[in-house]
Amino acid sequence: MPNVTPGSVAAFADAVTSHPRPPGEPPPAPGVLARVRAILRRDPAGLAAASFLALLVLAALLAPWITPYDPNQQFDLLAQRRQPPSGQHWFGTDSFARDVLSRVLFGARVSLGISFVAVLLASLLGTAWGAAAGWAGGILDAVMMRVVDALLAIPRILLLLGVVALWGTLSVPALVLLLGLTGWFGVSRLVRAEVLAARQRDFVTAAHSLGAAPVRVLVRHVVPQAAAPLLVAAALGVGHVIVVEAGLAFLGFGVPAPQASWGNLIRDGFDAFTGAWWLTVVPGVALASTVLALNVLVDRLRLALNPRQLHGP
Amino acid sequence: MTAFLLRRLGQGLVVVFGVVTFTFVLIHAAPGEPFADVLEDARLSPDALAALRARYGLDQPLPTQYGRFLWGVARGDLGLSLSQQRPVAAVLADALPNTLLLMSVALVLGFAGGIALGAAQGARPGSRFDRLTGSLGLAVAALPEFWLALMAMLLLAGTWRLLPVSGMIDPVLHPYLSPAGRVLDVARHLVLPAGTLALIIGAAVSRYQRAALLEVLPDPFVRTARAKGAPRRAVIFRHALRNALLPIITLGGLAVPALLGGAVFVEGIFAWPGMGRLVVEAVETRDYPVVLASVMLGSVLVVLGGLIADLLYAAADPRLRRA
Amino acid sequence: MSAPPTGPLLDVRDLRTWFHTSAGIARAVDGVSFRVAAGETVGMVGESGCGKSVTALSLMRLIDPPGRIEAGASVRFEGRELLTLGQEEIRQIRGNRMAMVFQEPMTALNPVFTIGDQVAEVARVHGGATRRVAWERAVEMLSLVGIPDPRERARSYPHLLSGGMRQRVLIAMALVMNPALLIADEPTTALDVTIQAQILELLADLQQRLGLAILLITHDLGVVAEVASRVLVMYGGQIVEESPVRELFANPRHPYTQGLLAAMPRLGQSRARLVVIPGTVPPPTAWPSGCRFRDRCPHAWDRCATEAPPLYPVHDDHRARCHLVVDAPDHARPAATATPVDR
Repeated sequence: MPNVTPGSVAAFADAVTSHPRPPGEPPPAPGVLARVRAILRRDPAGLAAASFLALLVLAALLAPWITPYDPNQQFDLLAQRRQPPSGQHWFGTDSFARDVLSRVLFGARVSLGISFVAVLLASLLGTAWGAAAGWAGGILDAVMMRVVDALLAIPRILLLLGVVALWGTLSVPALVLLLGLTGWFGVSRLVRAEVLAARQRDFVTAAHSLGAAPVRVLVRHVVPQAAAPLLVAAALGVGHVIVVEAGLAFLGFGVPAPQASWGNLIRDGFDAFTGAWWLTVVPGVALASTVLALNVLVDRLRLALNPRQLHGP
Repeated sequence: MTAFLLRRLGQGLVVVFGVVTFTFVLIHAAPGEPFADVLEDARLSPDALAALRARYGLDQPLPTQYGRFLWGVARGDLGLSLSQQRPVAAVLADALPNTLLLMSVALVLGFAGGIALGAAQGARPGSRFDRLTGSLGLAVAALPEFWLALMAMLLLAGTWRLLPVSGMIDPVLHPYLSPAGRVLDVARHLVLPAGTLALIIGAAVSRYQRAALLEVLPDPFVRTARAKGAPRRAVIFRHALRNALLPIITLGGLAVPALLGGAVFVEGIFAWPGMGRLVVEAVETRDYPVVLASVMLGSVLVVLGGLIADLLYAAADPRLRRA
Repeated sequence: MSAPPTGPLLDVRDLRTWFHTSAGIARAVDGVSFRVAAGETVGMVGESGCGKSVTALSLMRLIDPPGRIEAGASVRFEGRELLTLGQEEIRQIRGNRMAMVFQEPMTALNPVFTIGDQVAEVARVHGGATRRVAWERAVEMLSLVGIPDPRERARSYPHLLSGGMRQRVLIAMALVMNPALLIADEPTTALDVTIQAQILELLADLQQRLGLAILLITHDLGVVAEVASRVLVMYGGQIVEESPVRELFANPRHPYTQGLLAAMPRLGQSRARLVVIPGTVPPPTAWPSGCRFRDRCPHAWDRCATEAPPLYPVHDDHRARCHLVVDAPDHARPAATATPVDR
């Protein structure tokens, strides 16, 4: 998507106010972190998104210590089933008289954990594939990228359903593996493009001429060039996987039942929506806020890194 | 133009061939033999089992099986549906038109709404309208399809009882309606599923459209249009928007996989008898011939969508048009 | 609409166009006053960043935020004050009484409309012409600016035309309504030398035939010498010298003008003798105190740092913003110009 700075009329002002830099002086290059910080300072929405995600990750990590109850502990089924939010149970209780807050926090552990590991796997695979294709060039590159074209043409949810149909119910590790294995196609294109661009640059040629081994040049000099777009793609990917996991869970093919993931919670709560709206609204809002915060942050990241435009998910 | 068309068609065929091959690999990588459930049926005599294996070519070496698989797909022979006991092609042929109807209505609604909204936002960036609708769009884009569909169903059909909740036609009244009444009946049933998909598509389109318009506005030809004294509306909506629409055409091709993915959820929730619902039911009954055929068909739709978008782009941009 | 019989066609007084950016206020145009008489060709010369293009856009009121025309300025055109007009009123002047030709012939035309469409649009916007009448007018204009086969060409899209042809289209578009003033911002910069000459010839010819006034903005004194009768030299957002063209070439008084003249390649002069003005234009957010040229001036002395020079009169129509016109430092040197540089 085209990168648009707020108020692009400023571009004209920039043209007017810019003046040639004396030759030889490098452009000012503050660190990416410093730029992110500078952008966030003037941007309450971005700051809110970053804080929310930080708190959520913290809460997910500390879930066993900070949740008020065990997520699978059943209270008195007759007295405490589907209780609305109260001082005792902030987000109410579910159909099995379990504490919703505890389950949502443990669900965050599962949903975020699955997404994070799956995206990590996808990034590694995509980087390896894309870098290899870009570096090899020629026929090998062409074949490898046609494979990616074919895989990209399959709508991800259909592909996942196809695998579920063939393999049957998936354990959590299998689900992570599957989500990772179906998430690297776009990444590989991205990395390949960066590698192709980086190969042309002087410092790569220089490293070559100094006799550095090709693999070393690739890993040490070329792949780091792709770091910025990779980071953006990964942040988008995490949000995407959270939604996909929830979708699979909703269809009944997600994380096995007693385990709490946001998708499972939304699905379980939906049957009781009219009587106990909080069962599905609380995890739904948690999921939507997380994805929204990630999207907001990705926008700011793009602004700070200004990488080449990515294909939308 | 013809050369471009042929090249793109060739690329599309290569991609489809890749998907079909991948599907074959997937079947054989799966644990157990293909059709294991059927073959392990204890009631089958060894002779009948061998006959069945022979019938599906499972006693052949892999390359032969691959060749037969390719040949079958090329002829439209996608095997038998395990749950419906009839050819997969026939099962898909029933579902596909309904999905295409749903997708095309959602595509048109989503793009019309998204383009209009994005253009209005881009015309006054930073205005209250822009910020409000922009945040809303971002929020909608963050919601899973099934969540939106559920909420739409609960509010519009459940609580307020404005629209039919499920199906494609009114099962009782439909046969007695006039032709126009039947169209209206289908249209009423379309509102919720197509509206949900359109909302998702529209949220994305408006963001792209806004950005594309803002990208075009500083271009010199926009200043030329202002300098000639064209009214502001003409400058933005005739000169700038016409150019900013070009990248949106590409987005139309990219929307096909999103629509197919969304259809899986939306059709299930609203009981729309299309491919999405078919796939989910097929997964539940482990009817993999139907699932895998849907995967292949879905990819063909994605490739076709990209192809059509490219052709439209070439037709819309005079710089790519060859007289 | 007709101009009042007396007074200049265009009278600009104390124009200040500032850009209020996060990096500070950029005084892109900072106190510019000049006049253009009906039927006259005035050249406006300066390096990029001197404020000449912003001046032109200000006259058309095409400045976007964060740019702003500061209070206290006045632009009178055909007897009307432009700076207080409403959006609708100024729109009716743009492209109608006052038209502009931009410097980017490759990008100044809309790629998705035919050139006939784009020229005809002017007639439709201002004359209320029907589609057919406007199209005929467009063909007529394309023919006027020397586009061969205009009826056929009108149906072409811009990318099929050469740079020179596109510049002709832009000129045709500007002249549809017979404007009283044409502002041409670097109309020849992006073109080959031979095409440049053709376009300049066309402008001079059209001026003769249509009797329009031209404000020709360029960084090239050679272009000015060919077509203008009067010259405004801009530096640092201000006019630093104003003179009839012959007088300016014969007797430049501002060191900046002298530098520009010395930097002009002349016939029969080897390239090795080319000189350049040392240094670059300072950023418009931080003009130096006193004279804005003093950092690059070979003659600068104490007074230049403390006292901003006004436009001193030299002759009747000749004025220069340099203390040297009325004063000289104690260690006055002969008026050597800029440093020769070997290429």
